[in-house]
Amino acid sequence: MVESENAIIELKDVEMEYDNGTRAIQGISMRIKPGEFVFLVGPSGSGKSTIIKLLTGEVEPSAGRVRVNGFSTRNISERQIPLMRRTLGVIFQDFRLIEKKTVYDNLAFVMRAVGAPVKESRQRIPYVLELVGLEQKAYSYPNELSGGEQQRVAIARALVNNPDTIIADEPTGNLDPERSLELMDLLVKINELGTTMVVVTHEKDLVDHFGKRVVTIDSGRVINDSVGGYVGGRIHG
Amino acid sequence: MGKHNFGYFVHEGFSNMFSHGFMSFAAIGITVACLLIMGTFTLVAVNANQQLKDLERENEMLAFVEEDYQNPMDLQKKLEAIPNVTSAVFISRQQAMESFLEEYPDEELFRDLDPNILRDRFAIRIEDLERISQTKEAVEDVSGIAYANAAEEVAGGFITIRNVATVVCVALIAILFLVSVFIISNTIRLTTFDRREEIAIMRMVGATNAFIRWPFVYEGFLLGFLGASIAFLMQWGLYEAVAQGVSNNDALQLIDVISFRELWAPVAGSFAAAGIFVGVGGSLSAIRKYLQV
Repeated sequence: MVESENAIIELKDVEMEYDNGTRAIQGISMRIKPGEFVFLVGPSGSGKSTIIKLLTGEVEPSAGRVRVNGFSTRNISERQIPLMRRTLGVIFQDFRLIEKKTVYDNLAFVMRAVGAPVKESRQRIPYVLELVGLEQKAYSYPNELSGGEQQRVAIARALVNNPDTIIADEPTGNLDPERSLELMDLLVKINELGTTMVVVTHEKDLVDHFGKRVVTIDSGRVINDSVGGYVGGRIHG
Repeated sequence: MGKHNFGYFVHEGFSNMFSHGFMSFAAIGITVACLLIMGTFTLVAVNANQQLKDLERENEMLAFVEEDYQNPMDLQKKLEAIPNVTSAVFISRQQAMESFLEEYPDEELFRDLDPNILRDRFAIRIEDLERISQTKEAVEDVSGIAYANAAEEVAGGFITIRNVATVVCVALIAILFLVSVFIISNTIRLTTFDRREEIAIMRMVGATNAFIRWPFVYEGFLLGFLGASIAFLMQWGLYEAVAQGVSNNDALQLIDVISFRELWAPVAGSFAAAGIFVGVGGSLSAIRKYLQV
């Protein structure tokens, strides 16, 4: 009980079987404390994406318990799902920016979506853009930015609603090694400001470089959970 | 819906409509086309029905007074009291003879006929042609009336034409309406498909379904309303042009086209209701599948 209270994310004996019979997760238990930085690694098809879906409430576990930022995602009501998601920031490999909106409007849009007043957006957005180093690009459109800049906009968008936890799904997948390192530095900096960070990746060099906690998943199970670097036979699927 | 969100929803509805210009143009165009086809068909049906009713009204029944009946004028009130009779006009033997002679002005043989060979009579007009047989029986039951002549076959013909026309019109309008709803909702579905990423992002950051849905509802409303307004103006122009054409045509002059001034309110109301219904309904049905989970 005390352990649960200390954890911001907790998976306990989680099983996940899709309707087509695929057993994606087979008895995973994992706890992440507030302010932690965790790499989630593993080959393609190992169950990493399913864990992300469980954490964001896109799917419900077949068995076991998932708790995220104080919400239990098992039997969560439809009304509570948006509230739970407001405590999360999600970053995708393919950025998922709205091409027809400027950088500023991409951020204002998600603040508006959670009911933030315009006045608050005017104060918060310049601060977040400065944090990710894009204060000069506020009125640019996504297609006018480089891949690294677009991913930084995605990070700013994940941050703008001040989430407790950020979940990044292969955030460096579309970037060159130099931009990947810069981006990961930025995520570490944000983590140091107090935001819990869960980063899914299969880039061994990056994982080793930062020396953070690494949870390795394979065939729907945790095969290693340690601090310092990647442990496991294969990382690419 | 929060007060501060209302302006945002309307603004988003408007700007989405303009930022997806081609799809919006397609949705409005299809709404206009569908409403115009339905409207034209309905107006033709309304006019045809009116013409039939006018023709029906011309259909008279003649009730002949018994030869030796005194004061036949007294029968008028009794006849007009019969249900379904709208008027009973007395025609004396003399008047009947005059109109008979007017019909045959060149026949010298009829000139010297004695009016007494004809009977006094009443020209009776009725409300509902379908009850012509019962009304005829009721007229013949009136003491002083010898018999009545009613063109029952002609009345039956009118009734059949009107019933068939009504069924065909209602069926065609219903089919056209369903086709319109289907086409318009599919067009809006395409605009929604174009924005599924936007919806996915909104869901991921914790927007409620209502927040996601409202801009689409306003957009559907605007598309439907604009389509209905354009269709109404075009319908008006088309109707006036056809009415003008009919009145200027010698062969068609007998057709009495109803003035658009009598019809504009129900046409405008029906167009606005249908346009908004298919616009909002199409938007809601199109977005529904993106709002699950």
